[in-house]
Amino acid sequence: MSAESISVQTEDPKVNYLNVKHGIKSWLLTMDHKRIAILYLWAIMVMFLFGGVLAMLMRLELLGPGADFMKARTYNELFTLHGAIMIFMFIIPSVPAILGNFALPLEIGARDVAFPRLNLASWYLYMTGSILAVWAILHGSVDTGWTFYTPYSTKTSGAVILMVFAIFILGFSSIFTGLNFIATIHKLRAPGMTWYKMPLFVWGLYATAIIQVLATPVLGITLVLLILERAFGIGIFDPSMGGDPVLFQHFFWFYSHPAVYIMILPGMGIISELVATFSHRKIFGYKAIAFSSVAIAFLSFGVWGHHMFVSGQSQYATMIFSFLTFLVAIPSGIKMFNWVSTMYKGAITFETPMLFTLSFFFTFAIGGLTGIFLGATAVDVHVTDTYFVVAHFHYVMMGGTIMAFFGGIYYWWPKIWGRMYNEIWGKMSAMLIFLGFNLTFFPMFIMGSQGMPRRYFTYPAKYQIYHVMSTVGSWVLALGLVIMAVVLIYAIKWGPKAGKNPWGALTLEWMIDSPPPPHNFEKVPKVEYGPYDHDKILVKPDKVGVGV
Amino acid sequence: MTTEAKPREEHIGSVKTYLTVGVALFFLTGLTVAMSFVHLGPFNLVVAIGIAALKGSLVALVFMHLYYDDKLYLTIFIMAILMLAFFIVLTLFDTLRRGDIYQEVARPYSSGSVMNPAAGSDTTAAGQSSADSTGSHSNATQPEQTPQP
Amino acid sequence: MAEQPGFLQHHFSDVRQQQETAKLGMWIFLLTEILLFGGLFAFYTFYRAWHPEMFYNAHEHLNVVIGTANTLVLIASSVTVALAINAIQHGRRKQTMLFLATTITLAGVFLVLKGIEYAEHFRLGQYPGKFYSYTGVEGTNPHIFFSVYYTMTGLHGIHVLVGMCVLSWMLYRTWRNHFSAEYYTPIELTGLYWHLVDIIWIFLFPLLYLVG
Repeated sequence: MSAESISVQTEDPKVNYLNVKHGIKSWLLTMDHKRIAILYLWAIMVMFLFGGVLAMLMRLELLGPGADFMKARTYNELFTLHGAIMIFMFIIPSVPAILGNFALPLEIGARDVAFPRLNLASWYLYMTGSILAVWAILHGSVDTGWTFYTPYSTKTSGAVILMVFAIFILGFSSIFTGLNFIATIHKLRAPGMTWYKMPLFVWGLYATAIIQVLATPVLGITLVLLILERAFGIGIFDPSMGGDPVLFQHFFWFYSHPAVYIMILPGMGIISELVATFSHRKIFGYKAIAFSSVAIAFLSFGVWGHHMFVSGQSQYATMIFSFLTFLVAIPSGIKMFNWVSTMYKGAITFETPMLFTLSFFFTFAIGGLTGIFLGATAVDVHVTDTYFVVAHFHYVMMGGTIMAFFGGIYYWWPKIWGRMYNEIWGKMSAMLIFLGFNLTFFPMFIMGSQGMPRRYFTYPAKYQIYHVMSTVGSWVLALGLVIMAVVLIYAIKWGPKAGKNPWGALTLEWMIDSPPPPHNFEKVPKVEYGPYDHDKILVKPDKVGVGV
Repeated sequence: MTTEAKPREEHIGSVKTYLTVGVALFFLTGLTVAMSFVHLGPFNLVVAIGIAALKGSLVALVFMHLYYDDKLYLTIFIMAILMLAFFIVLTLFDTLRRGDIYQEVARPYSSGSVMNPAAGSDTTAAGQSSADSTGSHSNATQPEQTPQP
Repeated sequence: MAEQPGFLQHHFSDVRQQQETAKLGMWIFLLTEILLFGGLFAFYTFYRAWHPEMFYNAHEHLNVVIGTANTLVLIASSVTVALAINAIQHGRRKQTMLFLATTITLAGVFLVLKGIEYAEHFRLGQYPGKFYSYTGVEGTNPHIFFSVYYTMTGLHGIHVLVGMCVLSWMLYRTWRNHFSAEYYTPIELTGLYWHLVDIIWIFLFPLLYLVG
C-alpha cells in the first residue's frame, strides 16, 4: 500500500493555518498548536540572539588578559545572564515548545494537543518570565552565575529576587508544556498508532515531559526558598542564619541535572527522525532507542551530585553519584550506535538537516565522552570549575541539542511555511556553524585541562592563544548563524513553494499539505504502517510545488 | 444537550463507603495523637509516618478513586512519592555523613612510591594529621614534601 | 451525525476521551504539587536529622489541640467534597451545592484556626527568620524549626485558600446548572485537588505537631 492512500485533503486546499484568520488578536488568542509554535519561535529566537550577543561580548573581553573594556563585575553579570538566558529562555523550551508543539499532534494524527488553552497559557507564562528576567538583567546587575549558589546569592546586592522569580514563572511554562504533552501522547493518538508505531521524536518528547513534570517543581520550591532566605533569613541555605549552603546545591541540581536531559532528549528524538529519513532506511533498533529515552529520563534523577564533587559533600554521596553517572551514559551510547547503524547500507543524501545530523554525531560524541571523564571523581577534582567543564557542556548543549534543533528547524521549515529554503546557502550555514563551533570550544578543553578557571575575566598570558582561537571561532559561528537566519527568514516569503513531502519521509505530518490545514486532519487518519518503514513503502519526495 | 454523550463508565462510590472511611480517618487521627504521648524513641517517627501513610492511602484509594480507576493514575501518584523519597534519601547520604570527611587522615607518600620516589622518609609528624573535631584540615601543607609534578 | 454535546471540544473524538484526558491532566498536576511540597518535606527531614533535640523542644510550642482540630476539619471537608461529587453523579443539584458549601465552610474554619495559631506565635515573638525573637526554646538555631513550620503551613494554607476559591466557583457553576450526571468533570477534578491538600496536611500534622 502506498502512503498517498491516506487522503486527508481539506475541501479548500488553499486554506491553511497561517491564512485562515488574520490580525494580531487571531495570533495572541490562538489555541492552534501550530500558531503557538510560531509564537514561541519568534520569542525564543529573540532570546537566543540576546544570549548570543552576550556571549560575543564575553569572548571579546577575553581576547586579551586583563580588563579590556569592562570591569570584573560587569563580566560576572554577563556570564550570569548568558547562562540564565540560554538555559531557561532558549534551550529548555526550544525543541519542545517550537518543534514539539508544531509536530507532535501531527505526528500522532491528532487535531491539537490535549489542552490547547493551557498551551497558550504556557506561552504567556514564558513571555512574562522572559520579560521579567530581561528587566532584572538590564536594571538589576545580577552577578551570581546562573547557578545562584548561596551564600553569595543571598547576600549580594542586585535584583536576585526578581531574577529568581522570573525563572520561577518560566518553570511553570515548562511544567505545563510537559503536562500537556504527556496527556496528548497518552490519549490523542490516532487509531492504529500504538506506542510502538509512534515516531521516535514523540518518544523523545514523552521522556522529556516526564522529566519536566517531575523535576521542575523542585526548582520551583528551591527558588521560593531562596527568595525567602534573602528576604527573611529563614536559615535554610545561609550559614550566618544556621543554614547549609551545600544543601542549596542539592536542591538546585536535583532539578538542574535532569534539566540537561530535558534539553538533549528532544534533540535526540529529532536525530532519530533525520537519520532515518536521509538514509532512506528503517531506523535500527527502534525499541532500544525508545526505551533508552525513558531510561535516560529516570536515571537522570540519580546523578546530580556529580556537580558537587568538590563542594564538601560526603564521600559516600560522591561515590554513589559517580557510579550512577557512568550508568546514565549507557542509554545515550546505545542511541549513538543505533543511529550510525541506521546509516549503514542506506541511500544517504546530504541535505542541510543531514549535515546537522552528522555534525551532531561528531560533537555530541565529544561532549558525551568528556562527561564521562568528568564523572570520574579523580579527574573531576582537577578540572572542575575550569574551562574543561565549559567546553564539555557547550559540546553537549550546543554541539548536541542545538545542532539537532537546527537540523529540525531546516527539516520542518517547508512544512511550517509551505516554502522551501535555499539548499546551497543552507549547507553553507551548516558548515560554518560546525567549523565555528569547534574552533570556539575545542581550545577550551585544552586550556581547561591546563588550569584555566571558568568565570574569570582575566588570565595569565599562557592561555591567550587558546582564547584568541576561541574568540575567532565565535565570529565564524556567528557568521554561520546569521546566514542561517537570513536563509530561513527569506524562505518564509520568497522561497519556492514546497510540496507535502519534500524529504520522502513516512511520518504523518508529511501526508498533509504544507502549510497544514487549520485542523490538521479533516478525517482521523488510520495508521497502518510504522514511521520508518522505508523498506516496505516507497515515497517520492516532492520538493517543489506540485501541491498547493 | 447531552443526546449522544456516551455514558461514563465511572465508578460511583457509595455514601456508606465514604462515611465509613471518614470515621476511620477520625479514629486514626486520634490514634496518632495518643501514640505521640507514648515514648518509643526513634519508633515514634516510624509509627507517626506509618499511620499518616495509612490515612493518606485511604484518602487516595477511596476518596480519589485510585482503587477503582485506570491504574495509570495510581502509577503517577506512586511515581511522585518514589521520586521524592529518592531525592531525600540520596541527599541524606551527604547530610548525615558529612562529618566523616573531617576524619580523613592524610598519609604521606611512602618511600619508593611510584609517584614520588624521592619523597621518601622526609615526612615527619607534620604528615600525621590528627582529626580535628572542628573540621579543619590540618594536612593542608607539608613543606618537607616535594611539590606535586 | 448525531449532535455532540456542547461541552465536547473540537479536538476530542468523544466525551469519554475528553473526560479521561482531563483527569489524566489533573493527576499529572497533582504529581507536580507533590514534588513542590516535597522540597519542603526535604527541608524538614534534613534539619530534623541535624538538630533532633531542637526540633523536639521547639515543637512543644505548637498547639496540638488546634492542630488536631484542623486535621479533623480537613478530613471532614474531604468527606463532604466526595459526597458532593456523589450527589452530582446522581444529578442532585441542590445536594451538590449543599456539600460544596459545607466543604468551603470547613476550609474557612481551617484557615481561621490557623490564623489564631499564627497570631499566638507572633505574640510570643516567634516570627520567621531574622525577625525571630523568642527565647524560650533550647537548642541550636530554634528559628529554623519555625522557618520549617511557616513555610510548610504557609504554602499549604495558600493551597487551601486557592482551593476555597475554586470550590466557590464550582458552587456558582452548579447553581447556574452547568453540570449534570453526564458532565461534572470540573467538580471531580477540584475534588481531586482538594483531597491532595488533605493528604499533605495528614503528613504535616504528625511531623510538626507530634514529634515523638
